[in-house]
Amino acid sequence: MKTECPVCSAEIELAKDSVQGELIECPDCGTELEVISVTPPAVKEAPQEEEDWGE
Amino acid sequence: MKVSVSIVGASGYTGGELLRLLLFHPNVELKQVTSESYTGKFVHKIHPNLRKSSILKFVSAAELEPCDLLFLCLPHNSSQNKIDDYKKLAPKIIDLSADFRLKDSTEYEKWYGHKHARPDLLNEFIYGIPELHREEMKTANYISSAGCNATASILGLYPLYKNGMVELDRTVIEVKVGSSEGGNKVNEGSHHPERSGVVRSYQPTQHRHTAEMLQEMSFGKKMQIHFSATAIDMVRGLLATCHVFLKEDLQEKEIWKIYREAYGNEPFIRIVKESDGIYRYPEPKLLSGTNYCDIGFKKDEFSNRLVVMSAIDNLMKGAAGQALQAFNIMHGFDEKTGLEFPGLHPI
Repeated sequence: MKTECPVCSAEIELAKDSVQGELIECPDCGTELEVISVTPPAVKEAPQEEEDWGE
Repeated sequence: MKVSVSIVGASGYTGGELLRLLLFHPNVELKQVTSESYTGKFVHKIHPNLRKSSILKFVSAAELEPCDLLFLCLPHNSSQNKIDDYKKLAPKIIDLSADFRLKDSTEYEKWYGHKHARPDLLNEFIYGIPELHREEMKTANYISSAGCNATASILGLYPLYKNGMVELDRTVIEVKVGSSEGGNKVNEGSHHPERSGVVRSYQPTQHRHTAEMLQEMSFGKKMQIHFSATAIDMVRGLLATCHVFLKEDLQEKEIWKIYREAYGNEPFIRIVKESDGIYRYPEPKLLSGTNYCDIGFKKDEFSNRLVVMSAIDNLMKGAAGQALQAFNIMHGFDEKTGLEFPGLHPI
């Protein structure tokens, strides 16, 4: 159940009970990812929330 | 197994930091700590954080007894003039000054403006960044701990230079540093009302630590590093912002791979690059008192410029912490011994 983060290439281990559409977080770069397929495992970058980060 | 250790120059900032670490190291018997200005005084008179942690008093360097290892925390140009005396006292030495960092005495003279007193010994010292020289440290008797600005800059850029990823003459590094980097000797510029709140362009060009960066990252090739240091209103901490130009148009995930490969197993290096949250890139204040070097990067989408950010506590990973890490490696102890403090949040 391993795949790769599309942003930083970290190995992503999907949980056994993962379902399509679930949102997970990359442990390395923190990007929110959407599970687009369970078999075979695949994720894509989830839409980002509005930016709330300043100087 | 306990190693008997003494610190020469323990009333300064790096000496005091080392004292703090060694007092709680399970494999160290801290024997003597020297200070010429404070001979006979309790160490907590100068380092008040050590109240109730030690009843050691400073002694004069003239009273030093033999021990297993000496840490030298002296001002520049001191240890090279007395190195034979120190060698007689201890079979192993870790020098935290700049005296034995450079291998080439001509380079030393160029950057330090005077002849080295003992050029014959320069090659006896291993340059003290464990991430670069761990294997040599395992059997070393003499280690020269690296400069703080050099440590942050080298750790940030080393994987890129080692892998030949960047242009060799366009690296620009700007380091923001806290006031403790200047040591504990006062001057007019360090007077609180003058120093507080400053953004002082301290050394825009020709900083001595550039020599260390060139030595460790050129891999026999001709290269240039353009380095500037700015003193800001922190006490501890250092952030190096390094601008390099990639030879190829790499994607960020390929750069991730380079850093993971270089540092994936390093106990004190963390890649800090997150797409959300408050602390997305390395932040020196979170590293106060820790031995971590946090490294992040961002590629300019409109060019091949890569900005690498690297943060450390200048007194820890930039001085005493990495010296202790080297000590652990020399003696076969777990590298993290005495260096487990994870830092504070909030701070």
